[in-house]
Amino acid sequence: MKANSIIAAPGCAAAAFGVDLARARDVRVLVMTGYGLNCEAETAAGFSMLGAEVTRAHAAEIFEGGPDALRGYHVLAFIGGFSFGDHIASGRVYANRLRYRLGERLARFIDDGGLAIGICNGFQTMVKLGLLPALGRAPASGLAPQTASLLHNDRLGYRDAWVRLVIEQASPCAWTRGLAGPIELPSRHGEGKLVFLDDELATAVAAAKLIPVRYADAEGRPTERWPDNPNGSPGGAAGLCDASGRLFGLMPHPEAFLYPESHPEWLARRDAGTLPEFGAGLGILAGGVRAAIEG
Amino acid sequence: MPVYRLEIETRAGLPDALADETLHRVRTHLGASAPRVAELRTRRRYLIELEGAGIERIRDALIDPVVERGALGTLPTGGDPWVVTVGFRPGVTDSVGRSVRRAAQDVLATAAEGDAGTVGEVFTATMYLMSGISRAEVERVADELLYNPLIEQLTIERAPHAASVEPPRVGSSSTRAPATARVPLRALDDEGLERVSREGMLALNLAEMQAIRAHFMKLGRDPTDAELECLAQTWSEHCKHKIFASPIDYTDPAGRTWRVRRGLFREYIRGVTEALADLRELQELDPEGEPFLVSVFHDNAGVVRFTDADHLVYKVETHNSPSALDPYGGAMTGIVGVNRDSLGTGIGAELLTNVWGYCFGPPDHDAPLPKGLMHPRRVREGVHAGVIDGGNQSGIPYSRGWELFDARYAGKPLVYCGTVAAMPVESAGRPNHHKRVVKGDAIVMLGGRIGKDGIHGATFSSAQLDEDSPVQAVQIGDPITQKMMADMLAEARGRGLMSGITDNGAGGLSSSVGELATLTGGARIDLAEAPLKYPGLAPWEILISEAQERMTVAVRPAALAGFLELARQREVEASVLGEFTDTGRLEVTYGDEQVVDLELDFLHDGVPLPVLEARWEPPARALSSLESVEDATDDGDAATSLLELLARPNVRSSAALARHYDHEVKGLSVIKPLVGAWGDIPATATVMRVRHGRPEGVILAEGVHPFYSDIDTHAMATAVVDEGVRRVLCAGARLDRLSALDNFCWPDPIVSARTPDGRHKLAQLVRCCEGLREACEVYGAPLISGKDSMKNDALLGGVKISIPPTLLVSVMGQTRDVRTAIGLAPLRPGDDVYLLGVTAHELGASEFARMRGLVLDSVPRTDLIAAIARYRALVAARDAGLIRSAHVVGRGGLAVSLSHMVMASELGLELDLSRLVTPELPLAAALFSESTGRVVFTARPDARAAIADALASHELKRLGVVGAARARRGEGARGWLRIGLRHRLYVELGSARLRRFFAGEGGAGEGAGAGATEAKEGA
Repeated sequence: MKANSIIAAPGCAAAAFGVDLARARDVRVLVMTGYGLNCEAETAAGFSMLGAEVTRAHAAEIFEGGPDALRGYHVLAFIGGFSFGDHIASGRVYANRLRYRLGERLARFIDDGGLAIGICNGFQTMVKLGLLPALGRAPASGLAPQTASLLHNDRLGYRDAWVRLVIEQASPCAWTRGLAGPIELPSRHGEGKLVFLDDELATAVAAAKLIPVRYADAEGRPTERWPDNPNGSPGGAAGLCDASGRLFGLMPHPEAFLYPESHPEWLARRDAGTLPEFGAGLGILAGGVRAAIEG
Repeated sequence: MPVYRLEIETRAGLPDALADETLHRVRTHLGASAPRVAELRTRRRYLIELEGAGIERIRDALIDPVVERGALGTLPTGGDPWVVTVGFRPGVTDSVGRSVRRAAQDVLATAAEGDAGTVGEVFTATMYLMSGISRAEVERVADELLYNPLIEQLTIERAPHAASVEPPRVGSSSTRAPATARVPLRALDDEGLERVSREGMLALNLAEMQAIRAHFMKLGRDPTDAELECLAQTWSEHCKHKIFASPIDYTDPAGRTWRVRRGLFREYIRGVTEALADLRELQELDPEGEPFLVSVFHDNAGVVRFTDADHLVYKVETHNSPSALDPYGGAMTGIVGVNRDSLGTGIGAELLTNVWGYCFGPPDHDAPLPKGLMHPRRVREGVHAGVIDGGNQSGIPYSRGWELFDARYAGKPLVYCGTVAAMPVESAGRPNHHKRVVKGDAIVMLGGRIGKDGIHGATFSSAQLDEDSPVQAVQIGDPITQKMMADMLAEARGRGLMSGITDNGAGGLSSSVGELATLTGGARIDLAEAPLKYPGLAPWEILISEAQERMTVAVRPAALAGFLELARQREVEASVLGEFTDTGRLEVTYGDEQVVDLELDFLHDGVPLPVLEARWEPPARALSSLESVEDATDDGDAATSLLELLARPNVRSSAALARHYDHEVKGLSVIKPLVGAWGDIPATATVMRVRHGRPEGVILAEGVHPFYSDIDTHAMATAVVDEGVRRVLCAGARLDRLSALDNFCWPDPIVSARTPDGRHKLAQLVRCCEGLREACEVYGAPLISGKDSMKNDALLGGVKISIPPTLLVSVMGQTRDVRTAIGLAPLRPGDDVYLLGVTAHELGASEFARMRGLVLDSVPRTDLIAAIARYRALVAARDAGLIRSAHVVGRGGLAVSLSHMVMASELGLELDLSRLVTPELPLAAALFSESTGRVVFTARPDARAAIADALASHELKRLGVVGAARARRGEGARGWLRIGLRHRLYVELGSARLRRFFAGEGGAGEGAGAGATEAKEGA
């Protein structure tokens, strides 16, 4: 192999995840950066490996970008990181800023059928911005109020460890559609326990199958027990989508599992002949790209 | 400006994780007499300065409507708990306050015209509501767990508490005009000079003060206070490394005396790197015009060649003194500070991964501590928390992390923090690794504002710690302010807006501007242009403040408008302070007032270097008797000893703490810092991609063996280089692309009344440098950057505590393809297990000897020539695909390495050590000796002939085979370790049992003795 050969070129993973490469090139993904967010490189690399066209832009550029700043994008990625240090509470200051500086345009983006994924801090931000679960939100009504939140982990503090997620097959979520699961991903957060405003809402969310991913034990059963469930989230809820299934957020990091060698056990798996060609995290990003292609 | 008070708490019925954690710490940290807190809740309290309307909208934006409740004024407490409020002292960085202020500004910015108020400062605090204990008990909890009086202030009230709105504002009463004073140095005698130095915290010795006096007598005037401070910073041990620069008259262990003429740095450290650079050229190792060593020693961090697109940048720092005073803030400043070193190398680099390593007093220390010392456990928790927050919030994963414990670190902890960065070979079409500052370029200060933080940090770290150590020496970092600045710098670099950059670390502006000024031959700045946190700073304080998150940038006049506009858009404060000149002078004004006018030559080269004295005269040590050694190394005790060893703080798993550090962000990790089936075994070395989509990787490891210094620092130095190199080679590093960093932490090695044994400590340093140079030269690992911290002594309560001489060598390796990396875990039953390298009876200063209280002089000696030949052969076998797993033998010896392999793989190891054990080397010595140069690896049985061909001439011994996992007592399939001599089995331990001790849980209800019984039954 040449010393500087490129091993994960743009578009290289499209076929492996059922993405039509020719059409993926028309899918435009916006990765907003800045303010302490920090997962832009891997998020952009993931979408790029699936063939999509990725734009990385500082959020301030989008705020100042005029009424059509979001027009033309099919996918909005709310990336992970520590927006404003997670001071006050995770995602709170950034969500506040997005509401005031981009709120109307975001609402229009959703009404126009845009797709969005929020990962970790991005998920926390989407929830606090009212984008998720947004149950009962009527089109053209602006952003919904916040009705869910992500609380400190039961065991206080940030923790970095891999988790196993099972996929809710009946969920309307476009991002997990076609994924059999379980899927393993790194989990890295201090505030990930998903709670709702009241029991009624929690029941409605469950009934509508808006929890597409749940932390699972070794046998694949959803769990509330540490460390399989890193935060004590009820029912093992690791993510949340809206009723359309086009907006999705989750705490674990699909963008940190792009390569087979990202998995902690890759050497043993390679030796056993069970190492896949690509990281499984691409499967979730591919769901969004496929949904964008399908329109 | 009116001040509003806002209190926020988690809604009833929802968990209050901070309260739970605090209760847990009360129970576990305060011993048998821990107060029995009946109930504990926490709140956040914000004091918000606001002129005009809008406080209700701000309140609503700050409270989570789903999980919190909050109120302006006070929330009801229910019952009559104690209300403990912990806030910052005036002037201490309050980064949460800054974010609240931003949120409030965002809210007000959308208000209708004329309706919007103006937000001033925001002050935050944490409230603890405790019931069921007495006031005295509340005070104890607060003192020992909740606050640090150096940086925080405390109020204790009985509910209902007052709705106090008195912010900890600085300087509200001080209206003194900033002024510069003259110091009448010319009229002072020697005693007077020493007094000025001592009282001003200048840390300048008499010869240095005399040189300054002579210089100003020649000029015919007295220096200003700022000039004296500026010289003290620049000439400090911290900045000038005088101990490493001065000639030394050295008497070696054989009694021969000679002079290290050029000083330790030029003779040994730069010496070896220059020698290796010449050798590479001679051997034509690198293509024409593409030397491996891209930039070494003259910038903030070392730079080496990596790929066609990127160089690698590496720097490791220590932040010991600040971490002793304020573990959290001091350590955080350590990590975000070393990040700035890479940001300020060349035209800047992109931060890739962090490393950390700490030396602490024993966490279970239970003797009384001298006044002024924090309990080692609290220091440890604070240091970890600071580096966790600093690294995680900056979005930088960690790769290497380690801890060592010894009573001698209770006086001063060692806090090593480092960062690897990727530097694009070019930015905006120009080489990125050197600065292009020219006369006329603007001097721009970027980032945070200036306060009294960290004043005298550089001179303070050059003095020993005592009860009078200055409060203002503590700085607190704000990772988010720095992250926003780092993002902005990356954009500015991409657009070619900068001609030079350096960080404001020790010595503040005086150092950063003073250093960059050497590139053009002069600089002129006006301190009145510098943004301040609060009024009342004298010009000299502005000049040397070490307030954090600041960089000094050189910008061409034509690029200045663009640079400042970008800074404004990214909310990074930028101030033009002056310009670079060619006058040969550092000129500083405050408005019209002249503050500093110093010749650069005098500033940088005027410090007199004395000839230092070093004499090898080790203190007498009473060695253990032969009988006691034989008793301790009885073969029958091997299993017990192994379990006890695994539970030692220096050996056991740090996974519980280390998993609070992010190691995955950026998505580039390949061999993670913690590996194995359960993710709790420290990796031999870590492997990481550097760019997405590319196969090349960086491989990191280190060596650190301070206890060997008690016997011989030469052996210590060769051992640490050997271990660092051996680790990266095991994991897959190229032999021709090794580089290393040296970090010396030493007790004061200058002989004085306080340090009567200074000559020997300096001789230890000379021998250490000799060993370092020899090992780096033989292994072909140039030293590309380093740092020294030379006053690690604490004088507290009349007791002097000095650290053991500690050299950390951090090794950076490279691989062309991360997919060729090798882990420590055996992969398949049936594979052969080999030990490569010589095992000698070298238990001196080993973890085993420390555990058994043995005092020996058999420190591991490294045969460098034999070792490098062995490693060449090993690397050739590795690259031929013969090696399936590889691990070093290090602290704790062979038995600990084998335990790692079993626990990581959950496979068995069936080993017969009869080829290793001899009458001179009994089993226990073979298992626990820390002889260097050794690797345990596994290979396919069908590779046996090839392995023998490649390695038989390099001390190769086949120890046994990998076995299949076995189900034990309903625990599922688990690994196991069986070690015997021919037909007799001495160790038989399951991985679950090993892990219980390794995880530090073995002591509870299960003595290690039971392990021996089990092993004997199996025999």
